[in-house]
This record gives sequence, C-alpha cells and structure tokens, in this order.
Amino acid sequence: MRTILVGASLLALSAGAASAAGKLNLYCAAQEEWCQVMARGFEDATGIDVDMTRKSSGETFAQIKAEESNPKGDVWWGGTGDPHLQAAEEGLTEPYVSPMREQLHPWAIAQATSAGDRTIGIYSGALGFGYNSDLLAANGLPEPKCWEDLTKPEFKGHIQIANPNSSGTAYTTLATMMQLFGEDGGFDYMKRLHANVNQYTKSGSAPIKAAGQGETTVGIVFMHDAVAQTVAGFPIVTVAPCEGTGYEIGSMSIIAGARNMDEAKQFYDWALSAEAQNLALQVNAFQVPSNMGAQTSDKAPDLASIKLIDYDFKKYGSSDERKRLLAKWDNDVSTLPQ
Amino acid sequence: MRQTTTEKTTHPALIFWIVAGWVGFVLLPWYGVEDFWFMEWLTDGWPLDTDYAPALFLLLQGEKPWLWPVLPALAAPLLVMRRPKTDPLYAQILLAAGGFGFAWLIAQGLGIGIRGWNAGWLEALFGPLGDRQYGMGYGALIVASAFLFLFTQGIAARGAINGDVFVTGAIGGVIAVVTIFVFFPIAKMLLAAFVTEEGGHSVVVFLSKFFDDRIWGLGCLSGARCGVAWNSLFLAVLVGVLSTALGLVFALVLTRSGFRFKRSLRAITVLPIITPPFVIGLAIILLFGLSGTVTTWVADLVGMRPTRWVYGLPGVLIAQLLAFTPIAFLVLIGVVEGVSPSMEEAAQTLRASRWQTFRTVSLPLMRPGLANAFLLGFIESMADFGNPLVLGGNFDVLSTEIFFAIVGAQYDQGRAAILAIVLLAFTLAAFYLQRFWLGRKSYTTVTGKGDAGVHPEMPRGLAIPVYAVAAIWGAFTIVIYGMILYGSVVQLWGVDNTLTFKHYITAFAVRIEDGGIRWTGSAWDSFWTTMMIATVAAPLTAAIGLITAYLLTRQDFAGKRSFEFGTMLSFAIPGTVIGVSYILAFNIPPIEITGTGLILVISFIFRNMPVGVRAGIASMSQLDRSLDESSLTLGANSWQTFRRVILPLLRPAILAALVYSFVRAMTAISAVIFLVSARYDMATSYIIGRVENNDYGLAIAYSTALIFVMLAAVGLLQLMVGRTRIGRRMSHEQGGG
Repeated sequence: MRTILVGASLLALSAGAASAAGKLNLYCAAQEEWCQVMARGFEDATGIDVDMTRKSSGETFAQIKAEESNPKGDVWWGGTGDPHLQAAEEGLTEPYVSPMREQLHPWAIAQATSAGDRTIGIYSGALGFGYNSDLLAANGLPEPKCWEDLTKPEFKGHIQIANPNSSGTAYTTLATMMQLFGEDGGFDYMKRLHANVNQYTKSGSAPIKAAGQGETTVGIVFMHDAVAQTVAGFPIVTVAPCEGTGYEIGSMSIIAGARNMDEAKQFYDWALSAEAQNLALQVNAFQVPSNMGAQTSDKAPDLASIKLIDYDFKKYGSSDERKRLLAKWDNDVSTLPQ
Repeated sequence: MRQTTTEKTTHPALIFWIVAGWVGFVLLPWYGVEDFWFMEWLTDGWPLDTDYAPALFLLLQGEKPWLWPVLPALAAPLLVMRRPKTDPLYAQILLAAGGFGFAWLIAQGLGIGIRGWNAGWLEALFGPLGDRQYGMGYGALIVASAFLFLFTQGIAARGAINGDVFVTGAIGGVIAVVTIFVFFPIAKMLLAAFVTEEGGHSVVVFLSKFFDDRIWGLGCLSGARCGVAWNSLFLAVLVGVLSTALGLVFALVLTRSGFRFKRSLRAITVLPIITPPFVIGLAIILLFGLSGTVTTWVADLVGMRPTRWVYGLPGVLIAQLLAFTPIAFLVLIGVVEGVSPSMEEAAQTLRASRWQTFRTVSLPLMRPGLANAFLLGFIESMADFGNPLVLGGNFDVLSTEIFFAIVGAQYDQGRAAILAIVLLAFTLAAFYLQRFWLGRKSYTTVTGKGDAGVHPEMPRGLAIPVYAVAAIWGAFTIVIYGMILYGSVVQLWGVDNTLTFKHYITAFAVRIEDGGIRWTGSAWDSFWTTMMIATVAAPLTAAIGLITAYLLTRQDFAGKRSFEFGTMLSFAIPGTVIGVSYILAFNIPPIEITGTGLILVISFIFRNMPVGVRAGIASMSQLDRSLDESSLTLGANSWQTFRRVILPLLRPAILAALVYSFVRAMTAISAVIFLVSARYDMATSYIIGRVENNDYGLAIAYSTALIFVMLAAVGLLQLMVGRTRIGRRMSHEQGGG
C-alpha cells in the first residue's frame, strides 16, 4: 500500500506539459534580468502568456537537441551565435523571414543568410579584455592596450581566458586571432599567450569575474561582460585591443516543431523591434542592439572607436572548421609547458 | 493480524490490486492530463472526451485498439479470487495475467509514440498505423502497478521467499522503478558512446575514443599534465579516505569522549551539507585565493608574493572535504553508536588496554561504516561538479569534462558518454573493493540480548590527535560559515564592506495588504517550489532507500549484487548526465514528464536514494537476524517485522537518509539545470543565475536563508525521528575524561 501513497503524492506534483492557446515557451540564454524584462514586456505588448526558462546558451542547445523528437520550447532568444548556427546546421530550428528585417543592421541579416534564415542577430558584442586596476598597480605592470601586450613576459601568470573547447567566448578569440594574424600567425600568438595564462577556465565569462575578485590581473572576455563588472562595482577597466578585434552576434531562433508557432513568430517580430530592444537599457546589458533605431547604453563600449574585423561567421561557425581548429589548439598549444 | 495461512481463501492484497486495476482501466483518464489534481477534467467531458477518457471508454469508441489485450489480462485474476494459494492454478493465472499485462503495456508504450509506430520495422510488419498516443496518465500507471503486483503475488504463491507477499512485492516494485528511472535513461544516454560520425553504432569507435590520451595520459609523471581519469581517481581516493577519517573523528568525539558541547559539535559537523552550491567555493576563494585574506596575510608574514596555490587539487580537496565529511559522519555515527559496548567491556575484562580494545574490537566492528562512508565520499567526489568548476584551476576532472562535452563549444555527447563510462568503471571498482574488504565476516552487534554496557572512552594516545583534528576542522567550518553570513549583509563581498540588508529585502520582501500577505520578493517563487519538492522527495527517498537496504541485507534473490550496484548508478553519474538522460528518456511517451514538478521529485529520489541504502545497509548489518526470526516466530509477518522491529532500530539511518535527501533536494544543481522549467524553478538555479549576473550579495543572502531553513528542518526531523535507545546505560557524562 506503500505504492499507493508514493503514487498519490507524486501525482500531486505533476502537471501536464501540453500547451494551451495564447502561450509561449521562451528559452532564454541571456542574463536573468534581461530575460525577465523581455518575457514581461512581450506579455504587456500582446497579452500572450510567456513561460520563460533561462539557461546558458550551451545548456539551451543541449536541451533543444535532447528534446528534438518532441520539442517543448517555442523560441530560443539570446546567447552567442555559434550554438544557434550549429542548431541551424542540424535542422533543430525553423527558417523564418521576418518583416522587421529592413530595420536591422547588415551584420544581423548576414547572420540570418549564413544560416538559411534559421536564426537572426539580435545584438552584438565585441571581444576584448579587462584588467583589475588595483592588481595592475600592485604588481607594477604597464597598462595593456593591445593583444600583443598580453604576451609580454611581465604578464606571465597574470592572464586568464576560457578553454575554447568548453567556451564559445574563447573559441571566438581563437577564430579572431586566425583572422587577425592568419592561421600560422594566429597559432603562434596563442602559443605565446599560453605561456602567460594562469588558468583556462571552463566558462567564458569566468576570467573577468576572477579579475573582479582579484584572482587574476587580466581576463580575456567580451567587452560587455567586463563593463558589467565595472558597473557592479569591481575595479575593472575595459580595453578594446589596438590591433582590432572580433565580435559575437547574439541570436534568436524559432525551434523546429514549436507547438505555438504563431506566438513564436509574433515574439520574433516583436523582439526585433526598437521598442523591445530598448528594454536592454533597463538592465545591465551593454551589447549593441541589432535594430538600427534602438538605443545603446551609454556605458557600453563605443563601437565606433573599436576596430572590428570582418568576422567570417559562416566559415568559423561551421562545425568542421571548429573541430579542426580546436584539435589543432589541443595538440599544438595546450600541451606546451607554461 | 496473524500471518496469512495457506488455507485461507480471502486474499486482501490480491483483491486490492484487482480492484485498483479495474479502477485504473474503467474510471481514471488513461493518458496524461494537465493539472490533473485540479479535477477540471471531471466536468470537462469526462469520461467520453478522448483527452480524458479512461481506457475502457476509448476502446468502446473504437479508439486505441492496441489496448484491447489489457482487458483479458485484467479479467483473468478474477477467476482465482476464491481459490486457495496452494492451488497451482492460483499462481499460474496470476503469473500469466500479471506478466502478460505488464509486458504488453511496456511494449505498446515503447512501440507507439506521438508519430505512430516508433520503429521502422513495426511499420513494415503491420503497415501504417494512422494513430498516435501521448504520455501515459494515471489510469495507465495504476493498471501497470496492478499487473506488477499481481505478478509478484503469483511468484509468492509459487513459494519464492517463503511465499512472502510483502517481500516479493517490494522486490518487484523496487526493481521496476529502478529499471525505469535509473537503467532506462542511463542506458539511453550511454548508447551515444558507440555512435559513429555517420550515425551508426560501432565498438571500434568506442574503443578508440575510450583509450584517448586526454583521458588516460600519464604526462604528470614527466612534468606535463595527466589525463582527466587519473586526476579524478586520485582526488576521489583522497577525498574518500580523508572524509571517512574526519567523519570517524567526529563520531568518536561524540560517542566516546566526555566532550561537553556535543550538540553544538553535531550541528557544526552537519552544517556543510546544508550549503547551496558555489557558496563554499566563494568563501574559500575569499580566504585562500590570490587576494584572499589568509593568502595575503601569510605572504606578508613570510615576505613572499601571494600565489594562486589554492586553484587546483588543494582547493577542490578542501571544498569537497567540507562538503562530504558530513555524509561520512552521518553514516558512521549510527555504526559507531551501534558497536556493542559489551564486546568492548569483555575485551577490557580480559585485560586488554583501551588502545588494544579500540584497535582489535571497536575499529574492526566499525568496518561496514568505514567502507560505506569511503564509498560515498569516493563517489560524491567523482560526481561533484560545482567545486572543481570554481576551484579546479587547470586540474581537470571527469565531471567537469563531461559537463562541457555536453554544453561546451564541441557539443560532443559521445565524448560525454565515454567519460561517464570511465567514471562508472571507477565507481564499480570501488564498489567491489569495499565488498572485498568487508568480506564475509559478521559485524552483528545488536542482538536483542540485554546489552547495558557503556562505550569506553578513546585511548589517550588516540584522544589527543582526535581532539586536535576535530577542533581545527570545527573552527575552520565556523570561520567559513561566519564569512558566508557576513557576505550576505555587505554591499559587495570583498569590495564594498558597508553593512546592508538590501539583499534580503530584494529576495524576501513581504507586503501585507487587504488582510493577505503578498510575497513580493524575487526569490519566493523558487523558494516555495523548492520547499514543496524537497518535502515530497525526502520521505519517499528515505522509504525507497531503506526498503532497498532491507531487501539487500535480509533477503536473498537472484541478481542481488548487480541490483545493488544498479541502485548506486544514478548517484555515481554526474548530475548533468542524469539531467540530459532524463530529457532523452522522459520527454517522449510512454512516460512524458519533462516540464513538471514530478520529474524533479523523481530525479531527486533516485539520485539520493543510495545514501539511504548505504546508511541502511551499514546499520542493518549490525542487527542480528535472530531479532527478525524471533519476531517472525512470534507470528508477525515480514512487513510487521520490518516496521516494528527493524525500523525503530534504524533511526540513525532513517535520519541520515531523510536529512540528506531533503537537503540535497534543496542544494543540488547539476541535474536540476536541465529539468527546471518556467513553472518549476528551483532555488539553486535561481542562485546560479544571480552569480552569473555578478549579484553575489543576493546569491549569498538567498543561500544563507536556505541554510537557516535547512537547519530548522534538520532539527525538526531529528525531533520527529527520535533516537534509537538500545537499552544501554546513560553514557558517561559523569565519568569525565
């Protein structure tokens, strides 16, 4: 009779997963606050109920893949572009051409065309690094301004970057070096950098958090993550490297087989509007919005003063090229003594 | 109630399950219904609407014809209701009907899914189906349980386990749920290890990936880095040994010393398991990191530059010891208390010194506890993911590698599966090693005979180091928790140390208006969900764990060893793998429960059950079988024996299981990441979200609140479960020492 009891109390918790009309299941891969204002903002604008689940982009990708045969999410909003491109490549997401497209920056549309319209750019953020000004002074180090500065011998043990095998941010760095210095020059740079790295973290934004806590002097991350540290009160200075730098395109995709396809498309169009993208101003989001009419936070790094490379998302976002570069990094760079 | 005799022709258990089966078939909705317990479906077209219809009504409307065979299987047991158990027909019909019904339900569930036939060969064989089915509901669940228990009653009637209906039912039930919720999802996940690039399956691919240098490399012997497998193994052995030693130290201080503040010491000892993830890691960084208080202080003292020494093995080791020593302690305290004082007194009467007594009598009798504590520490360390993530530096371990193989830039589920298999192989080895070490000796010390002795105190040579270690570790724990408490009331931990309560207000603000309470704080939603799920999961976990332990120590049945290992599986695998495997297995019919609170409860039950099992086994191997036997001879059946004799003697184990499962349900993170949904968000995933957003203050304030809630809960549980009184004299409070 134990079983009865077990059954009854278990069932008390269960609620079906089926969907009703006027609902949207949003998988959000940006930071919590931003996800919240997007979900609530859409509810206010349309009256459609939004069930929002927030995870990191890698986790969201893994979940969508695992749910492939019976999708539970409708829209995947936010997070770096590579997993969105990967999902497009595997057919996990739905092609859709939004009428809002003409309002977008060319880079946002380029993201869509390279993925057969299965994804689109919603914001972009440049790669760079940040340093802890207290630690820099305590160690008597010069202010780093360029990528090359980070390979100087006095920075030995002061640099932190994520492992490109586990982090999209670090992979973007690797791909950026390929495009800045060519493949041989790029790997040469990664090798010299390797000599100064004190730790390859697992998660992409961990290096700048460690810098904020005074656990490393320099962290190589997306610049908006570094700015967020400064805004949170940590002694972090954000640097746009003098040689130029790559960037990520935060993306949005509709999940293939979404149960609320109409609502998903409605959200998609709304999320590309200037009004929706301006919600980022309410939270600590320092990326550049993809709608040309949307405003950028005044604390955000000024894109005009940053030399951006012409990042080839199609080439470096494909899984074959990624596997090749990562294998080369694994064999040639990570095995070197430090 | 007397033991059921074979001549009786009324079988209450049989009638119960036959009735249940029919209720499930005729009355309850066969398929899953959203918000079942709001009962809206009763007025919304039930029983005819096909969304809510019971199986019988579906069949009568010509729907789902593959359910017809269930009907004869339900009807057949009616034939034997008036027959005695000795009638061979009784057993045969129950076996046939129950076995066929259960097998049929599984076959149709796996064969027919949301797109009709699930496999191409079924379509080829039977032609297109033109119909589909969604996740099974309560009707199906109850009918399936009915078939299962009718089947086990058939087995009992055949004379297995002395015809004991309770034991056969329990074995059948536990095997069924462990198969469904442990083996099935894990097997689904691990299959990915054999998948080739083209999508086929190959053993060669598996082998080449398995013997990869990144896993097994021995570079550290020559200055480079070692493979992750060796790192994990080394760390796990260290943690297993040291946490067992520390747990033993605390257990000895509590049971065999004249220490005054035992209650507070006990609280300090269990404190670290009630800590949400990342908080200990943060505290350790603030103490021992590059800019940490201790590091800078020592560096100033000896005139050296501060280093990042804590990142890597030292940091992970410290954090894991803090986290897992309480588990070792909880397992050991029951065993150390259970060692019969009479034996120790006998040794002393025979002129053994205290030291000799301890070494040759007490310690060997504690072996089951030591072995199980080591095993738990070893496995926990292998599967732990949060601490290596924060403190690991460049010291990679299997669990983090697995996580990032799944969610990292490579999206390589095959590699994750391979690494999980390596991890399981280590666990299996540890499991057999501990069985080998325990051997076939008897560790029985609770015999039911008068045993009014008092534990002797520790020998002096042992007492001094034990006190020293306990004092240092206790002080360290207090410092860590003091820092966490402090961190929750300052503006920005480590940067701006102005005192403030704003984090608590953001998280837990409450407004009273219109005579009602409005929970306006941002943390309340996840807080109440977490409380509810932990409260439901804890007693179920403890119950299933202890019943399993009872079956494993007291009953013999075929396949017992592999079954025992099977119960450890879900514990040994990192939560991330469990999370993904649960989505793979339970996002599609027949069991479609993703996005519900149910999947969280189930994952907690099967993930934390092993602690109940281990604690139960350790304690039960001390109980003399003559206790059960005398109970049985006096006319009790095995259920009564379990409830009246064994359970009361198992109170420490029950407490360990309850506390652990409650606390883990509130603090576990890795499996939960994939299983939470918008409606069922958990405290830990909320905390992680804050940490990622640099809201350390809020995360720590929430964690601190959880710590106090859990402390209260642990106290309450302790009060409810009570302590075992084995009829000994009160210990030597007056004895001094």
